[in-house]
Amino acid sequence: MKSLWLVILAAAPLVAGPPTVIQNAKVLTVTKGRFDGSIVIRDGKIVEAGERVLVPQDARIIDAGGQYVMPGIIDPHSHIAAESTNEGSISVSSMVSIKDVLNPEDIAIYRALAGGVTTALIMHGSANSIGGVCTAVKMRWGKDASGIQLDGAKSVLKMALGENPKRRGGSTPFGVSATPARYPATRMGVEDVIREAFIEALAYQKTWRDYQAKLKRGEKPVPPRRDLKLDPLVEVLEGRMLVHAHCYRADEILMLLRLADEFHFNIKALIHVLEGYKVAKEIAEHHSSATTFSDWWAYKMEAIDAIPYNAALMMRKGVLVSLNSDSAELMRHLNQEAAKVIKYGGVSEDEALAMITINPAKQMDVDNRVGSIEPGKDADLVIYDKHPLSNYAKVQKVLIDGELYFDRDREVSQRTDKESRKKALLEKAREQQKRQGPPAGMTRRPS
Amino acid sequence: MGKTLILLLCAASCALDGAAPAVFAIRDARIVTVSGPVLERGTVLIRDGLIQEVGASVAVPPDAWVIEGKGLTVYPGLIDALSTLGIAEAAATTTITTRGGGRTPALPSIPSTPAMPSETPGPPGLPSIITTTGPPAQGPEDRPSNTSWVRAADLISPTDRRLESARSAGFTTAVTFPPRGIFAGQGAVINLAGEKAGQMVIASPAGLYLTVSSGGFSSFPSSLFGVMAYIRQVFLDSEHYVLAKQAYQNQPAGTRRPAYDRALEGVLDAPRLLIPAVRAVELDRMVRFAAELKRKAVLYGGHEAYRVTDLLKKSGTPLLVSLRWPERSRDADPEDQEPLRMLELRERAPSTPGALVKAGVPFAFYTEGVSTSRELQRAIKRALDAGLSSADALRAFTLSPAEIYGVADRLGSVDKGKIANLVVTSGELFQEKTQVRYVFIDGLKYEPLPETPEEVTR
Repeated sequence: MKSLWLVILAAAPLVAGPPTVIQNAKVLTVTKGRFDGSIVIRDGKIVEAGERVLVPQDARIIDAGGQYVMPGIIDPHSHIAAESTNEGSISVSSMVSIKDVLNPEDIAIYRALAGGVTTALIMHGSANSIGGVCTAVKMRWGKDASGIQLDGAKSVLKMALGENPKRRGGSTPFGVSATPARYPATRMGVEDVIREAFIEALAYQKTWRDYQAKLKRGEKPVPPRRDLKLDPLVEVLEGRMLVHAHCYRADEILMLLRLADEFHFNIKALIHVLEGYKVAKEIAEHHSSATTFSDWWAYKMEAIDAIPYNAALMMRKGVLVSLNSDSAELMRHLNQEAAKVIKYGGVSEDEALAMITINPAKQMDVDNRVGSIEPGKDADLVIYDKHPLSNYAKVQKVLIDGELYFDRDREVSQRTDKESRKKALLEKAREQQKRQGPPAGMTRRPS
Repeated sequence: MGKTLILLLCAASCALDGAAPAVFAIRDARIVTVSGPVLERGTVLIRDGLIQEVGASVAVPPDAWVIEGKGLTVYPGLIDALSTLGIAEAAATTTITTRGGGRTPALPSIPSTPAMPSETPGPPGLPSIITTTGPPAQGPEDRPSNTSWVRAADLISPTDRRLESARSAGFTTAVTFPPRGIFAGQGAVINLAGEKAGQMVIASPAGLYLTVSSGGFSSFPSSLFGVMAYIRQVFLDSEHYVLAKQAYQNQPAGTRRPAYDRALEGVLDAPRLLIPAVRAVELDRMVRFAAELKRKAVLYGGHEAYRVTDLLKKSGTPLLVSLRWPERSRDADPEDQEPLRMLELRERAPSTPGALVKAGVPFAFYTEGVSTSRELQRAIKRALDAGLSSADALRAFTLSPAEIYGVADRLGSVDKGKIANLVVTSGELFQEKTQVRYVFIDGLKYEPLPETPEEVTR
């Protein structure tokens, strides 16, 4: 018992404040059913959840007033909070990393919070066959770039198939593009680019292994050149980095699954995957998974064969399915997207909620930390006034690591203050400009 | 024998200087030394380009050209800590800009029209043989937008017309850089006057100027994270280059020869890196990035540094603060709703220098094209109004930049033995009615241009 306490103490974060208890709540745990009761939070973690809990004396109480509490929503595909999306100049851009360009002050983070999202995978775009390295973040609004990262989460390499990677440059529907055509221009070419890249990565991996072997033999060789493009590919080959691949059509999905087999790595998640229902069995067999839209399609040729039953059909074939936003707007109501899967596919409430919580957590390999309400997990919780699968549900409070990051009452009450501050600043700027005349640097420049 | 020769040479060079006297005494002036207390009444003696004596009771030698300093104040010459001054070809199109990347509307954005690399010339002022031509870059290995080996010291010319207007505003010195490219090139500390370009150079190389401007869609890198990956790879390559060259040096026979790489040679020559960072997010990002590159870094831009002074203090990274305070663009859409954060940045940016002083973060000013006396006064007044003392403002233009660039042993204050770069004014510097009366550069006297250049040139 004593040693157990020591372990808990060692794992506790540095800021150990008083515990928090959410009382009087309808708790949707996602993985362990539903109950009416309380959740005890200590040091950012859920320590107890149930109908009757022991409330510590010094606890800070949040009375949910009979409202709903669910785990924070996880969006496995977002482009917010980053100052770059694509390095589209080349077909393999695995040297770039979202971590370098995180913008913790992107207002979209706060808006996502207000929509119940607590974790997201911030992704490279789909302009090229192999994109950059993606980073998982929590919506810790107010923290710096290091502070919003989900520490300990594996990195994810983005790949993309189909129209996006093959359409860059050359002739476009509007005439000949100013940018020169970039290989590949077909789906065959996309496959070739990915295969060539991994062949290169294998050779690179070998030079490093040879080097390590020489070191072991006591030789003093010059180390090989580090190649930031190939490092992530080697990590994928060695299972240290996950792969999420943007795709639409059944044929390209099968192509990628087979290509990954060829190099013995796993495609952790297929993104969009609107024709996934056609090859659900194969996706499941390859231990891959799918993250899709509920009813968003026909925005381009390769999205023409989509159906709103996709998520449910794949799920029934044994595929782990999640929903993603790929949009700062859709991100704010992923709960409604989950509800649509019930409407079309007839999945259960828990199955629908899992698609926006525990399932995306599994796809990011962070399901030991987030995605459900269970003791030991991060206290990332959302309080909704109505059932979150209702169209009328509004987020009331959002906690991340037990800390309150969004409070609807606080937000509403601050609006007038912010508005008047803004007005005052605008007024002051106008005054200043009048007094000073044209801005500095614009006048009296010697020619 | 040798001694005679030196004497002869000296005589010859003195003769070449012609009528310009080599000895000046500014007598009975107020002297703001910056390094020490203000002398309310003192004399500065200048001989052969250096400050020979400073003090309350300095005897004026008979060969000195005397300037009666009553009512005048002597300051160290101002230093523009980041500029393109002296690179004449840069004058037409380029001022150093704070390309911080990102989406801040107030900052110059990444150009929307793709710059075709095959048409991209090298930095202005380069002989046409040195251009970065070729097909679109396919990765860091192609060294796109990289002229790290180019030295500003080799590009400067005393004929740049901007030198005269900078002198008129009290500047004697600038740290000047090749203006273009991600790895733009090596800066030089230069004096803003001289018969020949070589005489203007005080220290070179002064640092490698990095920008995060990308080259459009078609050529690598086309994004901020592409630029950062590129810079990171080049620095890794430079470390590897050193090892490979060393190994080859030790045993050329039987070893494959590493290819000569001018881009890496330039990177290895750099005593420090100049990295852009304007917003708090960028300052945080680039402090971490510089630490990762394991190089001494100086950040430039700095407008939102008032929010992250602790971070800067902890990292020990000096900052160059642009005096072009963020303003709403003149052709901005009047219907445009600007975010509160942007308005706050504009309001509070001038409080940055004061906040940096309070936190003990070393910083210097650069003008970013805010160069006439009037504009300069106006820009500095905003910092003074926001809590900066005028003594600290002066330091940020003199001793601080000299310290940041490692030349405080010869520049930045009115002290015996330092280069005779001085500005003599009719009153307190940076005050509205104050006029620059004389500027001394390397001990030679210059008088400012009349204040209304528009009328003069039209």
